[in-house]
Amino acid sequence: MIWNAFLIALREIRRNPVRAFLTVLGIIIGVAAVITMVTLGEAATRVVRNQISQLGSNLINVRPGMGFGPRSASAGVPSFTESDVHAIATQIPGLVAVAPVSTASLSTIYRQNARSTGIAGTRPEYFQINNWKLHSGRFFTDEDVRTGDAVCVIGQTVVTNLFGGEDPLGKKIRIGRAACEVIGVLAAKGQAGMGDQDDTIVVPITTLQRRLVGRTSTRGINLITLSAEDGSNADALIAELVSLMRQRRNLQPNEADNFNVFDTRQIAESLSASTQTMTALLAAVAGVSLLVGGIGIMNIMLVSVTERTREIGVRLAIGARAREVLLQFLVEAVTLSSIGGGVGVLLALILCHTLSSAIQMPYTFEPRINLIAFFFSTAVGIVFGFAPARRAAKLDPIVALRHE
Amino acid sequence: MSQPPTSADALIELKGITKTYGKGDAAFLALRGVDLSIRRGEFVAIMGPSGSGKSTLMNLLGCLDQPTSGHYGYEGIAVESLDADQRSLLRRHAFGFIFQGFNLLARTSALENVELPLIYRGVPQRERHALAAGALAAVGLPNKLRNTPAELSGGQQQRVAIARAIVTSPVTLFADEPTGNLDTRTTAEIMELLTRLNKENGITILLVTHEDEVAEYAGRVVVVKDGLIETDRENHKTRP
Repeated sequence: MIWNAFLIALREIRRNPVRAFLTVLGIIIGVAAVITMVTLGEAATRVVRNQISQLGSNLINVRPGMGFGPRSASAGVPSFTESDVHAIATQIPGLVAVAPVSTASLSTIYRQNARSTGIAGTRPEYFQINNWKLHSGRFFTDEDVRTGDAVCVIGQTVVTNLFGGEDPLGKKIRIGRAACEVIGVLAAKGQAGMGDQDDTIVVPITTLQRRLVGRTSTRGINLITLSAEDGSNADALIAELVSLMRQRRNLQPNEADNFNVFDTRQIAESLSASTQTMTALLAAVAGVSLLVGGIGIMNIMLVSVTERTREIGVRLAIGARAREVLLQFLVEAVTLSSIGGGVGVLLALILCHTLSSAIQMPYTFEPRINLIAFFFSTAVGIVFGFAPARRAAKLDPIVALRHE
Repeated sequence: MSQPPTSADALIELKGITKTYGKGDAAFLALRGVDLSIRRGEFVAIMGPSGSGKSTLMNLLGCLDQPTSGHYGYEGIAVESLDADQRSLLRRHAFGFIFQGFNLLARTSALENVELPLIYRGVPQRERHALAAGALAAVGLPNKLRNTPAELSGGQQQRVAIARAIVTSPVTLFADEPTGNLDTRTTAEIMELLTRLNKENGITILLVTHEDEVAEYAGRVVVVKDGLIETDRENHKTRP
């Protein structure tokens, strides 16, 4: 009986292809919109994740001060010490590496080029923790740290601004009070939503403290950067870290933390959560157009039932049962909406390809959303096809045959 | 008046059939106690002025409508006790219908129109094609299988409709003013076709008409007036 109804429905659709096309246009657009939105949204989420992981895998930064932004109160808050770093390295399990960082913003000069750059004084583990790769030259070593050699590793932005097209390796640039030899150039990381990461100069921590900023400056460590083992429990690790630091900084239970912990995994999660929310929102809007498409189907089916009243009368006269008429119109609506869904999937394929190459995002086919959108379109056919089908099935054969 | 057939050999048996439309003051008594008996193989013309109740009678006989009271026996089945689905099945398996307005599906080929009742019967495609093509050949349209109604003349359309009605080899054929939209020459052709189906295939035909020339083809003429059967006579002048 279903197969028969399907045959009859296909014949009906073939009888008026233009109307069929206009009927399903809404569904086509709806399905294509939902799939495109979700596919591009997922792609955007992946891009964000990638950028975050560029910062360093499982990177955790501990800074003195309370919170970020305008309300952060770092003034008067003690910085960290070497023994803090040592305590973290020895007492917190699940860490791959820990590095203290002393930062300063100093003027850098090479020949006639001068600019102000953020300098990070640290130890070699820093490069690994922050996922830096070398473009050329070498990183500095523990030996360089021990001796406090005047060497530095510079980022791509510094290369561009100070050296132009020149090869910086082996050249000396003046940083603050001393001249440092460039021993390495970092590979570019690009923008990551938090400023230009490549505008940096990395020197041994001892070099920064002893040579560049001078004795009068504080020798404090204003950043401890560390990386956790893959798959470790970030929340537990951070909780231990916080409790260790509170203890070391003699904070009473009623006092707020005077340091803060920045975890890239958490940032990555919250950023991708927000892109996912965005995706869901866009998909919902697109879903509304799918619903409107369903209403379009109902509209045309109702018109069609009225227009084909005599035909329904004939079908009833030659022995169609009410439920067969119902099934015919229902199957017709579902067939129409499924065809619309299928065409929508194809259209989405084209749209996703074109759009993702236009906005330079990697495109991946998402089978799940394609299936969901397709079956949703079928469901739309059932829901919105039912009322017209029932109207057709309820017709009295005599009245239907007399209908003009 | 001929001898009324006994109920034993009657295909159709109406006893005290009434039909009321509307309720209360607006009630209209379309049929006021009709008794009628029709044997298998008869060709009966039902005549009467408009408003006489002949169409109502036809609808009841064709199981498209239910009587308000009375008994309708078809091959011994009490039709008045059947529900809508059972009447549908009776129509599907025993009846064929042709109408004044042909009622073919537009933009659908003659062959597909004729196949329609077979689809509801669940006849497989190959057999369906063969039967439909055979029926179209039987009504004299063997070359019009692919034509849509718009491409056919009125007479040809009615032939397609007749093919659709007889493709299931029905016991009874109901024809509601089948020549009402046709000219005299085409009317004669259609009536000769119906007469042949009655004589050669033994199909019982019930025909509603208001034209005497059309009624002349029938072997029996029943005249309805004011909801009652006025006359019921054998027609011995039946045309060849």
